[in-house]
Amino acid sequence: MALDFDTDYWDKDVVRSEEPKEYNTLNVGPTHPATHGVFQNVMLMDGEFIVSTEQTIGYIHRAFEKIAERRPFYQITPLTDRLNYCSSPINNMGWHMTVEKLLGIETPKRVDYLRIVIMELARIADHIICNSVIGVDSGALTGFTYIFQDREYIYEIYEEICGARLTTNMGRIGGFERNFSDKAWTKIRHFLKTFPAHLKEFETLLARNRIFMDRTINVGPFPADRALAYGFTGPNLRACGVDYDVRVMNPYCSYEEFDFIVPVGQNGDTYDRFMVRQEEMKQSMHIMKQAIAKLDKMDDKETYFASDPRFVLPPKEKVYNNMEALIWHFKIVMGETDIPVGEVYHCVEAANGELGFYLVSDGGRTPSRLHFRRPCFIFYQAYPEMVQGNMLSDAILTMSSMNVIAGELDA
Amino acid sequence: MFQINPERNQLVVARLIENFGEAIEKHEVLSDMLCITVAKEVIHDVLLFLRDEKEMQFNFLTTLCGMHYPEKEQLGVVYHLHSFVNNNRIRIKTATDISNPVILTATTIWPAANWMERETYDFYGILFEGHPNLVRILNMDDMTDFPMRKDFPLEDQTREDKDDSMFGR
Amino acid sequence: MSENQKQIDKPTVAEPPEGVSGQGFFATSFEKAVGLARKNSLWPLPFATSCCGIEFMATMGAHYDLARFGSERLSFSPRQSDLLMVMGTVAKKMGPVLREVYVQMAEPKWVIAVGACAASGGIFDTYSVMQGIDRVIPVDVYVPGCPPRPEQIIDGIIKIQELAGNESLRRRHSKEYEDLMKQYNME
Repeated sequence: MALDFDTDYWDKDVVRSEEPKEYNTLNVGPTHPATHGVFQNVMLMDGEFIVSTEQTIGYIHRAFEKIAERRPFYQITPLTDRLNYCSSPINNMGWHMTVEKLLGIETPKRVDYLRIVIMELARIADHIICNSVIGVDSGALTGFTYIFQDREYIYEIYEEICGARLTTNMGRIGGFERNFSDKAWTKIRHFLKTFPAHLKEFETLLARNRIFMDRTINVGPFPADRALAYGFTGPNLRACGVDYDVRVMNPYCSYEEFDFIVPVGQNGDTYDRFMVRQEEMKQSMHIMKQAIAKLDKMDDKETYFASDPRFVLPPKEKVYNNMEALIWHFKIVMGETDIPVGEVYHCVEAANGELGFYLVSDGGRTPSRLHFRRPCFIFYQAYPEMVQGNMLSDAILTMSSMNVIAGELDA
Repeated sequence: MFQINPERNQLVVARLIENFGEAIEKHEVLSDMLCITVAKEVIHDVLLFLRDEKEMQFNFLTTLCGMHYPEKEQLGVVYHLHSFVNNNRIRIKTATDISNPVILTATTIWPAANWMERETYDFYGILFEGHPNLVRILNMDDMTDFPMRKDFPLEDQTREDKDDSMFGR
Repeated sequence: MSENQKQIDKPTVAEPPEGVSGQGFFATSFEKAVGLARKNSLWPLPFATSCCGIEFMATMGAHYDLARFGSERLSFSPRQSDLLMVMGTVAKKMGPVLREVYVQMAEPKWVIAVGACAASGGIFDTYSVMQGIDRVIPVDVYVPGCPPRPEQIIDGIIKIQELAGNESLRRRHSKEYEDLMKQYNME
C-alpha cells in the first residue's frame, strides 16, 4: 500500500518507449545486512520491480544428518541446538521426545509441564528476534534495542537452568539434568510479571504505526492453498489463514491439557505474520502461567526425570554411592544399552513451524538415519513466488518476516 | 504419540491394495505410524491417489528424505504425508537399485517436494525424473560424490593437521 | 557520604600515551596519536553466519553495549569498515565469498574470528566446513567459545584495540606483512 501515485495523471505528456525492456541483475548476496544468515538471491530487476529470483543456499551446510549417524543419542542434542539457534530449547526437547518415543519411555507429568514452560519461553525468545528484526529492516531500530532486554532476561533464565545462554543443550532423554532452582522460578515469575508491559510498549511502536503499516500491509501476500502445497507450517501458514498447529492437531507433552488460542491471519502478508507472532507471544505467556499453576498444585516437586534406568542417567549422588547406579551410568554413557530397532517420526511446534525428526535405528548406539524436517528449508522455496512483481524493499521485508534462520535452512 | 486409528489405517491399506495390487509390497504399523512400502514404478500414482482420493485426502507432504540400504545395494526414498482433514499421518517408502536410481518426481503433486528432492539428489544421487531443476542445493556445485551414502567418510580426508596419535583414531 | 562524593567528583580519565606535555599542548609521536584515534573508532563489518551472530546481536544490544568502545556504526560495506568480525561457521562454499569481502577492505584492516567454528571449525569436523577461517584470510584475534559470551567478544575487541593502538605505521608495508599476504595469495 505504498503512496498512491497516479501515473496516468503525471505522465500524460511522456511518450513511452516501444523498445523491449532491459533487465539488470542484482545480487542480494550471501553477506547482506537484511539476510539474517547466509543465503543468496540473484534477482532479475526491472527497475525497482523484481522479475524473478534465483536462490542459492548451502553456505553454512554443516552436514548435521551425516554427523548424527556417528554420534550416540545424547550427543546429538548439541547438534539439534544449532538448527534454529534462536530457540534452541524447543529443538532439544523435540529431539528428546523423539528418542523417548523410540525407546518407549513415558515421562512423568511434572517433566511435561517443565518442558512446556521452557518451550514456550523459547518460542517467546524467537518471536522477539523475528518481530524486532522486521522493525529493524524497515528502519525502526528502537524496538529492537528495547525488546532485546527481555531476551537477555530469558538468557538469564536459561543460564539458571542449564548454564548456557544461546545453544542450550538443555535436558536429558527422559527429563532434565537437574530440578529447576528456586532462583530460576523467581526469574520466570518475574519475567511473566514484567514482560507483558514491555511487549505492549514494543507493540505501540510498530503495530499501529502508519509507516510500518504502509510498509507491511499487502506486502508479500500468499494464498492459503499455495502455502499448503508448498509445505508451509507455523506462523507463516497461520498468517495465511490455516489454523494448523502441531500442539493442537497432534498434541505432545501434555499440551492437550492446556487452553490456548491459535492466532490466524487473513492475507498472509507481512503485517499478518508480524501480528500472528505478537499474539503467539501473548498466548505463550498464557500457557506458561497455566503450566506454573499446575506445577504449584502438584504435591511432587522433586521429579525431574523419567525413571527408566536403562536409558536415563541416574542422579550423581546415587552414582557415587550406589553400585547399581554406577553400572547403569557406565553402560549408558559408553553406549552399551540395547537400543531397540525401529523407526519413529515425531514433530513439535517449533517457532517456525513443524520441526520433525525422522529417526531410524538399527540397534546400534548411533542412529542409522536421522532426518530433520526443517520448516525454514521447506517454506523458503516459496520465496520467489512471494516476491515476484514486487519491489525490492518489499522483498527484503518479506524475507525478514518469514524468519528464515540459516542454521535451519542448511543444516 | 500420534493417535493410532486402526480403522483408518485398514481403510487406507485396503484402498491401496484394491487399486495397486501387487505393487504394495509391505504394510505395517511401526510405533505410531502406518508404513507402506511400494514399488518404485507406481510411486507417483500412489502419491497422487493418496492426495486426490476423497477418502484419503493426504493433502500435505510433511517431508521427503533419502535412505541408503548398503546390504541390499538400494537407495530409498521415504515420504511422510499428513491428512489435515482426517488427522492421519502415513509413511510411504520406496527403493531403487543403486546402479540406476531413477524415481518419478513428486513436484507435480506438491511443489514442496522441489527442494526436498534436490536435497535427496545432493545427498544420495537419486535422480528424480521430471524435476524442473535437479542440481545440488546444499553442497558445493563441483562435488562429485554423494555424501550421505554410508561409504562416504564424514571428515575431510585431505587435512594434514590432525595428529592421530593424540586422538586415538 | 563524603567518600562517595569524593569518588563522584574525581572522574577517571584514560591514560595518555607517552609524550611531552606542557602549558596547553601535548606532543607525542604520530604513531601513537594515529593509534589512539584508530583504536577508539573501529568500524566493524559483522560477517555473521550462524549462532555466534545472535550473540553478536546481544553484544550490540543495550545490555553489553559494543558502541561504547567506538564501534557505533556497523558497516556492511567492506570498503568502509576496519574490522572484519567473522562470527559463525564458514563452510567451504562460503570461503571464496569471505575472501572477496576481505580483499575489498582497505588497509589498515583487522580480522577477529569469533567462535569456535570460525577459529578452527568448531564441533563440525565434516567434509563441508572449513576448519578455521585462517585457511583463507589472516586472522588477528581468535575468540573461542560456542558461542562466546558477549563479555568474551568484547574482550576480543579490546585486544584488537590494543593491536590497533600499538601498530607501527610501517607495518602494512613491511616485508613480513607482504609475505603474510603472499601466503594467502593476496597481493
